[in-house]
Amino acid sequence: MYEFNYHRPKTLDEASRTTKEAEDGQVLAGGMTMIPSMKLRLASPSDLVDLADIDGLKGITIGPDTVTIGAMTRHHDVHTSPDVQKAIPALAALAGGIGDPSVRHRGTIGGSVANSDPAADYPAAVLGLDATVETNTRKIAADDFFTGLFETALESGEIITAVHFKIPDAAAYMKFPQPASGFAMVGAFVAKFGGEFRLAVTGAKDCVFRMTEMEQALAANFSADAVAEITIAEDDLLADIHCGADYRAHLVTVMAKRAVALAAG
Amino acid sequence: MEAFTEKFGIGQPVRRKEDQRLLIGGGVYTDDINIEGQVHLAFLRAPYAHARINHIDTTAAAQAPGVLAVFTGRDLEKDGVGRVESNINLKQLDGTPIFKTQRLALPTDKVRFAGEPVAMVVAETAFQAADAVELIIFDADQLPAVVTARAAGAQGAAVLHDELPDNCALHWQNDTPDAYDAVAAKAHKIVSIALTNNRVVPVPMEPKCCIAEMNPGTGRLTIYAPFQGGRRVQGAVADLLFDGERDKVRHVSDNTGGGFGTRSKIYPEIIAVCYAAKSLGRTVKWLGDRSETFVSDLHGRDQVNSAQLAFDADGKILGYRLETLVNIGAWVTENGARLAIDGGGRIVGGAYDIPVLYYSCRNMMTNTVSTDTYRGAGRPEANYIVERLMEKAAHELGIDPQELRRRNFIKTFPYTTQMGMKVDCGDFAACMDMALANSDWAGFGPRAARSQAGGKLRGIGLASFLEGAGGRPEETMRVQIQEDGSVNIICGTFSHGQGHGTVYSQIVSEKMGVPFTAIDLIQGDTDTAPAGASGTYGSRSSQMGGVAIIRACDIIIEKGKVIASHLLQADTAEVTFEAGTFSARGGSVTMAEVAKAAHDTRRLPDGLQPGLDETYHYTRDGGRDDQSFPNGCHICEVEVDPETGAVEMLAYSAADDCGTVLNPLIVHGQVHGGVAQGIGQALCEHTVYDEETGQLLTGSFMDYGMPRAHHLSHMAAEFNPIPSTNNELGVKGAGEAGCCGAPPAFVNAVLDALSSLGVKHLDMPLTPNNIWRAIHQAKAEGETH
Repeated sequence: MYEFNYHRPKTLDEASRTTKEAEDGQVLAGGMTMIPSMKLRLASPSDLVDLADIDGLKGITIGPDTVTIGAMTRHHDVHTSPDVQKAIPALAALAGGIGDPSVRHRGTIGGSVANSDPAADYPAAVLGLDATVETNTRKIAADDFFTGLFETALESGEIITAVHFKIPDAAAYMKFPQPASGFAMVGAFVAKFGGEFRLAVTGAKDCVFRMTEMEQALAANFSADAVAEITIAEDDLLADIHCGADYRAHLVTVMAKRAVALAAG
Repeated sequence: MEAFTEKFGIGQPVRRKEDQRLLIGGGVYTDDINIEGQVHLAFLRAPYAHARINHIDTTAAAQAPGVLAVFTGRDLEKDGVGRVESNINLKQLDGTPIFKTQRLALPTDKVRFAGEPVAMVVAETAFQAADAVELIIFDADQLPAVVTARAAGAQGAAVLHDELPDNCALHWQNDTPDAYDAVAAKAHKIVSIALTNNRVVPVPMEPKCCIAEMNPGTGRLTIYAPFQGGRRVQGAVADLLFDGERDKVRHVSDNTGGGFGTRSKIYPEIIAVCYAAKSLGRTVKWLGDRSETFVSDLHGRDQVNSAQLAFDADGKILGYRLETLVNIGAWVTENGARLAIDGGGRIVGGAYDIPVLYYSCRNMMTNTVSTDTYRGAGRPEANYIVERLMEKAAHELGIDPQELRRRNFIKTFPYTTQMGMKVDCGDFAACMDMALANSDWAGFGPRAARSQAGGKLRGIGLASFLEGAGGRPEETMRVQIQEDGSVNIICGTFSHGQGHGTVYSQIVSEKMGVPFTAIDLIQGDTDTAPAGASGTYGSRSSQMGGVAIIRACDIIIEKGKVIASHLLQADTAEVTFEAGTFSARGGSVTMAEVAKAAHDTRRLPDGLQPGLDETYHYTRDGGRDDQSFPNGCHICEVEVDPETGAVEMLAYSAADDCGTVLNPLIVHGQVHGGVAQGIGQALCEHTVYDEETGQLLTGSFMDYGMPRAHHLSHMAAEFNPIPSTNNELGVKGAGEAGCCGAPPAFVNAVLDALSSLGVKHLDMPLTPNNIWRAIHQAKAEGETH
């Protein structure tokens, strides 16, 4: 770790201003990626702005059509929330499969979404559930939010305050974990909204993406068979020592098929 | 409420007396120690796998805030720091001795693996030291790197040491191949297999670290560092830095957070930290982080094997041919180049009668950190090869795999192997029967059908194994009964998870009738360790340290009889000792009373020295060849998801003969731990170096697959104890057997599961990626046929 300035502001405005004005300011939510990166000297922010003392960033609100989760809500709280379990059981289950108990008690939804890790779980739910990411300055549709490898539409000093998930008729998430890290080697999140479907895939490319061909097939036939033969081109898929692009492409179809089977019940 | 009562003698399931302290955070590990006035050290590590050093510019680092000194290999050279040389004395068949490297703690000529330490900074704080390291300019010309044993032997491969153009430090052979070739020529069938034994990182929980405390007044250096036996580090540091004066060096370690073999070695970092402390006259602390531990701890395994068994028409083995390439890494270390020979070679044919052997072992040098002892140290590799081969042979010969094993088991004892080891006892068929019953092998069919109904493929696999345990054939223990009757066991061995405090206390309690709770273990300090102390490795502590304790107790009892005879006014010859009481002529005194008298010169017979304090140096009668031979049969059941390639371990049954069981709770723990480590290697642990750059690609837990609790199933361990005839406790080493049995049992189970898909070969680790590829390939081959 290098030396850095630590801030613990009381308000969002102060947090935003401090982050923007710093030479290289970074927001700290749960710190589950930030702190290890700093310890390895891979990240070296000049200023770290901790959101822990800002009121109103934590908690779960259930509306008639949406579930709103405050940015600083821990994965454990989403996983164990009876309200989330009832409204969007797939989301509660997804939160319960992130990392390990220590990570789930520290990590936050805002931190995970803002980080846009290519293998993170939450981005699949955000995109799959057509969520809206609310920040201190605006609301961003999921389709516009994730822009690349660790890249999002967030601007300097912009801080996520909450994520609004649309409540689907049915949804499911299936992930195949990377054997060492437990991150998603491939994860597929499927959701049904009336006659429309969304199917988001994480772990396979630089950032989460939708499989529109599968979504269309599901609109015609909501069953695993509808997606079982739909494959993805290997060309721009990730390849590493744990998983070749060909195997990843195969897993995309298998995880999508299994998610659909689970959602269709 | 029913009171929990325990008996404390040999064979009782006594709960570990160590656990309370460790579980409440009362252990003292090296980083828990902070010494007034200590300064901190950080290493610069080689960014390249292979490079010729031009210049290391330390000017800017030396001027950085808080920096006391920056050292490179040139400083060590100038100050006459000694070089580490292996003491392996093996020779090639033509008499050529092994090639040895002379390693300076920080190299001056070349770097030979990525992560090798090349310079160090000492500063007031750890952060200042780490910051200054980044200011060192490391100017070197990169050279091509070679990271696998096979590539190291190829024409035109990069050469690590100029004096060794073929990178082969030792090509050892037990004999010429003639005898094997002769039996192979007449064989009914020859079965061959080619295998890779994947490299693993030991990953002890405690990273590599060291505090070197220099006392400028006495000129004496105290080293605090995790170590499996302090005499060795004391000796090495004394030799390299203090002209061999051992009294100038003391080693202390209270707790060591995991040994696994990798914490029994002299690391260049330890020498370097001690050098810095000596040069500066200061106490220097270095705590390696997990990344440093990954790149620089000695790794385990890493072999490629080509093996053949020649059978007669009855399925009886006529001969065994084994050619092994070992990747020993960049330096010839303490044991790396002899593991496959002295270690695995001990039991090279496993549990089978091998009448003729040809064994060739090439130890290849590569641009990777060296491999050395890792739980099992050669024996898991040897058992893996022969068990995979026997399984394959059974299919090719059309003989049931269990039947083929039974026909070839060693059955008459003592049995002398082709490598000259005398296996004293065992009943391999009985272990197999026990494991078959425990695993309900006979009921596998319906279980497999249930799996199939759920879209999964179920498999069951078996492996018999033979271990050879004991290591160095000498050890010293001291037993001291104090005035109040309490007992100290002062150890040459070093417990770092094995539970010696419990087991040794059981031995002493039973032998001398002293309360279990009145017995303490004293270890981990070279100032108190008895002369001739060795340490804990190679599954040796009970059979070496335990026997030394028994013999020390015997001497104490004899002296106690002399004292008791004086107290009871009887002849010594009349005194008997039983269950803690000396009796003669109708009277009796307890051991505690005798101990009290032993410390009171007025109550001692004339001429008798006070105290009940005996040290025993035990030397095993037959030396190295007269070890103990743990053995067993392990059965694993798995389920494979054929669509994803994911493997799930469902059940595990271990039937182990580790001789007399001193404490079944602890031995169960040893079996479970060994099996978990074996499953880890077989399922997910894989060390990958980039073949172009030589960089370690699996340098963190994000990429290195440590086994987790959810990877494992319930493990049922049972014992078939046949007491060793080579020591009076009858024990056989229990620590390493698990990782001999688990890899072949697991892989054979997965091969069984995949047999219906036409998969005939797998190499560890059985990651989903590898399994999916094997299925894919078998399908493709099936379609072309």
